[in-house]
Amino acid sequence: MEETISKIFNNESLTIKEKQQISVQIPQEQDAQKRICNMLEVTSTYTERQARIEASRCLECKNPLCMGGCPVNVKIPSFLKKVSLGDIKGAYEVLKEDTLLPSICGRVCPQEKQCQKECVLGKSLKDVNKAVSIGRVERFVADYARENDFDSDIKEIKSNGKKVAIIGSGPCGITASADLRKLGYDVTVFEAFHKLGGVLIYGIPEFRLPNNIVEKEIEKLKKLGVKFVTNFVIGRTATLKELKEEYGFEAIFISTGAGLPLFMNIEGENLVGVFSANEFLTRVNLMEGYKEESNTPVYKVKNVVVVGGGNVAMDASRVARRLGANVKLVYRRTRDEMPARKEEVEHAMEEGVEFLFLTNPKRILGDENKRVSKIECLKYELGEVDASGRRSPKEIPGSEFLIEADAVIMALGNNPNPLISKTTPEIEVDKKGRIVVDENLKTSIDGIYAGGDIVLGAATVILAMGMGRKAAKSIHNYLKL
Amino acid sequence: MNKITFKEQLSKDVFCLKVQAKEIAKNRKAGQFVIVMLNENLAERIPLTIADAENETITLIFQVVGATTFKLSKLNVGDEISVVGPLGTPTHIEKFGKVVCVGGGVGVAPLFPICKEIYKIGNEVNVILGARTKELILWEERFKDISHNLIVCTDDGSAGKKALVTEPLEEICKNNETKPDLVIAIGPLPMMKFCSLTTKKYDVKTIVSLNTIMIDGTGMCGGCRVSVNGETKFVCVDGPEFDAAGVDFDNLLARGKSFAGIEHEHKCRIGLTN
Repeated sequence: MEETISKIFNNESLTIKEKQQISVQIPQEQDAQKRICNMLEVTSTYTERQARIEASRCLECKNPLCMGGCPVNVKIPSFLKKVSLGDIKGAYEVLKEDTLLPSICGRVCPQEKQCQKECVLGKSLKDVNKAVSIGRVERFVADYARENDFDSDIKEIKSNGKKVAIIGSGPCGITASADLRKLGYDVTVFEAFHKLGGVLIYGIPEFRLPNNIVEKEIEKLKKLGVKFVTNFVIGRTATLKELKEEYGFEAIFISTGAGLPLFMNIEGENLVGVFSANEFLTRVNLMEGYKEESNTPVYKVKNVVVVGGGNVAMDASRVARRLGANVKLVYRRTRDEMPARKEEVEHAMEEGVEFLFLTNPKRILGDENKRVSKIECLKYELGEVDASGRRSPKEIPGSEFLIEADAVIMALGNNPNPLISKTTPEIEVDKKGRIVVDENLKTSIDGIYAGGDIVLGAATVILAMGMGRKAAKSIHNYLKL
Repeated sequence: MNKITFKEQLSKDVFCLKVQAKEIAKNRKAGQFVIVMLNENLAERIPLTIADAENETITLIFQVVGATTFKLSKLNVGDEISVVGPLGTPTHIEKFGKVVCVGGGVGVAPLFPICKEIYKIGNEVNVILGARTKELILWEERFKDISHNLIVCTDDGSAGKKALVTEPLEEICKNNETKPDLVIAIGPLPMMKFCSLTTKKYDVKTIVSLNTIMIDGTGMCGGCRVSVNGETKFVCVDGPEFDAAGVDFDNLLARGKSFAGIEHEHKCRIGLTN
């Protein structure tokens, strides 16, 4: 093995067999007991040595299936090759061609369901966990680029005078803003909150994505000349019509996300101590309610039940652990059907979150002050395969049982926020309230485009980013005519 | 950030501020509110009703009830705060006929712009203002200009009638000649609850405007939810106004106290109990 490793650092090529024998590089992690006492990032970035070794595992397939697994088709073998040779700057250039936010995607993409699922090395070793850790290498390149100021040459581009408005500063909106600005448009991003970044700031906790990384990405956009307006709610502070007619925007891109939390509509859901994951996470992440100096209160929790199986459910569980609570997570299917990123499930388990699979709440019980005291759950079993391709859970009658709890957090997903469709009735939406777009992401109104979760329903950062990119192209085609 | 251009202390705990906010002043309609932050770093977000607007400023009225409203009361002309809005669904204004507007305490702030619009389009407007004591009766003169009849009541009889607002309200509803087509009641939750119980007896439609805990004010957090006819609604986007008959006031009272006691003993909580 030593010999193989020294070959890597002498930039000698490796045989397939040698590549298969290199073990997956494991980044440093904070110990679980220690990390539940802080908000710092759980997993460290690879060292340069680890990154070069990991990248050298790439088989350099002629037909790179991994690229097809990536929603924005990052040229994965190409950037891995450059990393393996120690050309980090070159690797960063390759990444930048397809992704605006590698430091974020490297951290939050569900790689095991995308690029790494398709990786031929993983397949040849019959284990997706042995695929090249593409995400970790991507994160290393992006962090290295930031620390070494590879983007110091960003300059403000001359404006072509055509104004484009972007609504929402989440991953979809900021991607579109960057692409359009680079094409010369005069781009303004409107954000309803007082801080920029959307779900990257209010939703994803610091221990998974530090806020300063998001802030640095936004700084770069400001350097490019993208304008940002916070505390501005489109539909209320100004309508789409006003943006066009009074503010002079020639095109508008709606990327407001899916910010309307779902509840179960069960008994007791409005008791004190029942929160949407959005509220719980926003209090802690965006408002920094865990800090002494913050004025936003966070509910005192001892025994928390989190309902759901996605990334948001993992985030809420792990934040509650950090606030000192015992956490039980109930999910009506099994671990295999969980939509959450694999690493987050593992981390949650290590941190002492107790998982109750095939379990779903029936009602929430309260005390004399209308505060949560218990949650009644039902056991479930898996039945036939449903429309989502997963076996659908069925309740087992008579299987009710009680869990002591002082707080319940609902992480059941979000519906699209209806603010814009309500104040712009002419825009077409589907039954679920998602904005309807054509293949170029154009809405039913000329000059207005939409993308991200407002179109997809709740999805991922990378899909949102991909749509931001596509929308920028469409808007360019529309405005250059 | 938005500059404070005017400040007036209306009573011991109630203040009126005018704040520069060009877009909000232009687009706000009766019934809407803003989210206020003292600064954009570690301050909390609280909803306050837009009591009025002129040129490029909006008027806010608030009572000191917690840390943020206390600090807000200490600010002066020239200081800056951050406001976002106008949020919430505007009041539905039409010619209803006879309308009674009931305002309790700082509830006069949301009531004022609604009453003004209702009066302007030709409704017959009866106003009932109530408070614990004389000095807490706000904007009496201003309401005179936008009503046909104004009744003031205080708990201690120091101004107007010694009565709860529900007493004159019941008298008006009881009498077939004065029975209103609509009642709008805005004030503390118990007042709105009892107004609703009063008008229910006479089958008079009653609208209340709710003021709940909120973070974003755009539908994202769900902290403001309220049960209306057994269905969960969000005050920030579905409201703030609802038909009082369906509102679960007891649940709202409990939810309003969600964080009671926490504000005063707030310390860093990360890792404390592990």
